[in-house]
Amino acid sequence: MRARRFLSGGWLSVYAFLYVVFLYLPVIFLPIFSINTAPTPKFPLTGFTLQWYADLPHTPALLDAAWNSLKVGVSASILATVLGILAARSITRYRYPGRRTINGLIMAPLVLPEVIVAISMLLVMLQLGLSLSLFTVVLGHVLVCIPYSMTVLTSGFEGFDRSLEEASADLGESAFGTFRRVTLPMVAPAIISSLLVCFTISLDEFIIAFFLTGTEATLPIYIWGQLRFASKLPGVLALGTLLLVASFLLMTVAEILRRRAARRTQNQGGIYA
Amino acid sequence: MPEQPQIARPQSDRSQSDRAMIEIKNVTRSYGAFKALDDASLTIREGEFFSLLGPSGCGKTTLLRMIAGFDNPTSGSIAVGGQPMEGIPANRRPTNMVFQSYAIFPHLNVEQNVAYGLKRLRLQGGEEKRRVEEALAQVSLTGLGKRLATELSGGQRQRVALARALVMRPKVLLLDEPLSALDKKLREQMQVELRRLQQAVGITFVLVTHDQYEALAMSDRIAVMFGGRIAQVASPKEIYQRPVNRQVADFLGGMNFVKAEIVEENAASLVVDTLGFGRVKTDKPKAFVRNGGGATLGIRPERLRVLWDNATAKFEVAGKVVERHYFGEITHLIVEIPGLEKPLSVTETNDFGADDIPVGTPIRLAYDPEALVAMGD
Repeated sequence: MRARRFLSGGWLSVYAFLYVVFLYLPVIFLPIFSINTAPTPKFPLTGFTLQWYADLPHTPALLDAAWNSLKVGVSASILATVLGILAARSITRYRYPGRRTINGLIMAPLVLPEVIVAISMLLVMLQLGLSLSLFTVVLGHVLVCIPYSMTVLTSGFEGFDRSLEEASADLGESAFGTFRRVTLPMVAPAIISSLLVCFTISLDEFIIAFFLTGTEATLPIYIWGQLRFASKLPGVLALGTLLLVASFLLMTVAEILRRRAARRTQNQGGIYA
Repeated sequence: MPEQPQIARPQSDRSQSDRAMIEIKNVTRSYGAFKALDDASLTIREGEFFSLLGPSGCGKTTLLRMIAGFDNPTSGSIAVGGQPMEGIPANRRPTNMVFQSYAIFPHLNVEQNVAYGLKRLRLQGGEEKRRVEEALAQVSLTGLGKRLATELSGGQRQRVALARALVMRPKVLLLDEPLSALDKKLREQMQVELRRLQQAVGITFVLVTHDQYEALAMSDRIAVMFGGRIAQVASPKEIYQRPVNRQVADFLGGMNFVKAEIVEENAASLVVDTLGFGRVKTDKPKAFVRNGGGATLGIRPERLRVLWDNATAKFEVAGKVVERHYFGEITHLIVEIPGLEKPLSVTETNDFGADDIPVGTPIRLAYDPEALVAMGD
C-alpha cells in the first residue's frame, strides 16, 4: 500500500522525467553549442550565431563526404529493401520448416557486436580480392540494414489477405496486373518506409564504414577525422545537428508509412465490421 | 361437419433448363496420401442454385476453388458451359467468386472495387459507369459508391463482393461460405436476398456452406459431401426426407434411427421388421447397402405426433415420456418405447400443451409409414 502510494504520488513522474532527461540531454547539447559563438563547447553560452552552419557548404571535403554518404545510403537502402522484400514475403506468406530459424538468423546482425561484424567483413572482402571502396561499404551496410528492413516489411506484409490477389485474378486480371493494381499499392508504404529506415541507418553508420572504406570518407568518418582539430569542432557540431534532424525526420516519416501499411493489410475487417 | 377450405397442392416452382452448366467428372485432388476430393462426379444445371454442403474438411471448398481455377484436379476433368477448363487460369474462366473474407480491396472505394474487373474491358461511352450503378442497385448499395471499404459494415462488404462479381456477368457465380461471418438475423435476411437475386439475374450460383438450413432454404439442389466424397445429390426436400445414409440424415438435422430386419428385398422396395414399428414396407434408396440381414430405418422427430386422450391413428407406437425440453414454439420429448434400444426424439408444437406433459406419462405417438426411410449405413 505504502510503496504504491510512494510510486504513484508524483515520484513516478519524477522518475519518468529523469529517465527522458538521461536519454536526451546529451543530444540536446549538440544543437545548443552549434549555435554558440564560442569555438569551444562550454557554459555559459556567449552568443547566438549561424556562422558554423554558413561555413559548411564552403568545405569541399565535407561536400565530398556528403555525396559519398548519399551514394552509399541510396544503394544500400535499395539493395537491403529488395532483399528484405523477398525474405519478408516468404516469411509472412508461406509456412515451411525452419521458417522461424531463418527469420531469427536474418535478424541476428542486429545484436552482433558491430566491431566483430566489421572485422569479419573486412577479412571476407580481402579474401575475395575486393579492394576497399564505397562499394564494400555498401555491402557492409546492406548486412546491417536487412534486419531493420525485415522488421518494417514483415509488419507491413503480415496479414496480407491472399484472397485479395485471388480476387484480382478472379476478376480477370493477369499476374502482373494483380501485382501492379493490388499488391504494390498495398505494400508501397511499407517499402518506402523500409527505404527510409535503411537510408538513415546507413547515413549514421560509422564502424563498418570505417573498416571497409578505402580513401573515400562518408559523413561519420569525415566527422571522426575533424574531431582531431579543436578549431573544427563547431563545424562538426553543426553538421551533427543537421544529421540528427535529418535522421529524426526520416524515421518519423518511415514510422507513419509503416503504420499506414500495417493498417491496410491487417485491419481487413475495418473498425465497423 | 364444416366444409374444409381447399388448398391446391403446390407444384415445384423451380424451373431451370436441363442443360448442364458445370460438368465435374471423376475429379480427385490429392495432397500426398491425403485425398481432399475423391472421385467426385457432378452435373450442375444452367440457372440452378446449387449448394455444396458438408462439415469442414469434406472437400467442398476444394471443389469450388477448382471450378474457379485456384486449384487443379490431380485427375478428372471440369467443364464450364461445355468448355473444358483444363489449363485455363482463373483470370480467363467464365466464373466469378464471392470470397469468404469478401476480399474487398482496402485501398479502393466501393465504386472502384466494383469496377475493378471492368477496367480491363475498356468499355466505351459511360458503359462502365452504367454497369457499376446497375450492380450497386442490384445489391441495394446505391449511393454508397464513394465509401471506403473500411467504412462499411460486414453486411455491406458482402454486398460489395457480390456486386463486384455480378458486374462481370459471369456464367457461374461461386460463393464460398458468404454468410458465415454475419450474425444470425442478417444471415437469414441475406439468404432470402441471395435467393431473390439469383432468380432475378438467372445466373448459375454454386454455394459452399456447412449450414444445413442455409442450403435447404436457398438451393434448387444440394450435394452433401463427407471426407472428399459426394454422398448424395438431390433437391432439399429429398435430401431432408430421403437421406441415403445415416451420415447424411444426421447432418441434415435430428433423426431417430431404428434397427430393422430385412424380410423381403427387391429392386425398388424393402419389407422390414422392426421392434417398435412392426412390419414396414419402404422405398429402397439407390445407394442402399445391406448390412447382413439388417437395415436401418429413420424417422424425423417432427414426423411423430402425440396422440391426445382417446384419439387413435392407423399407425401408432406406445411408450413413456422420460425427458422434456422446452424451446419456445416447440417442445422436445424423449420417449422410451419398449423393445427399442434408444428412446425416440419427438418434436411437437406447443399448441396443444406438449410443454405440459409430465415426465413419466405413458404416451402414444402417431406416424405415417411414408415417413420411415430405409438407409444404407
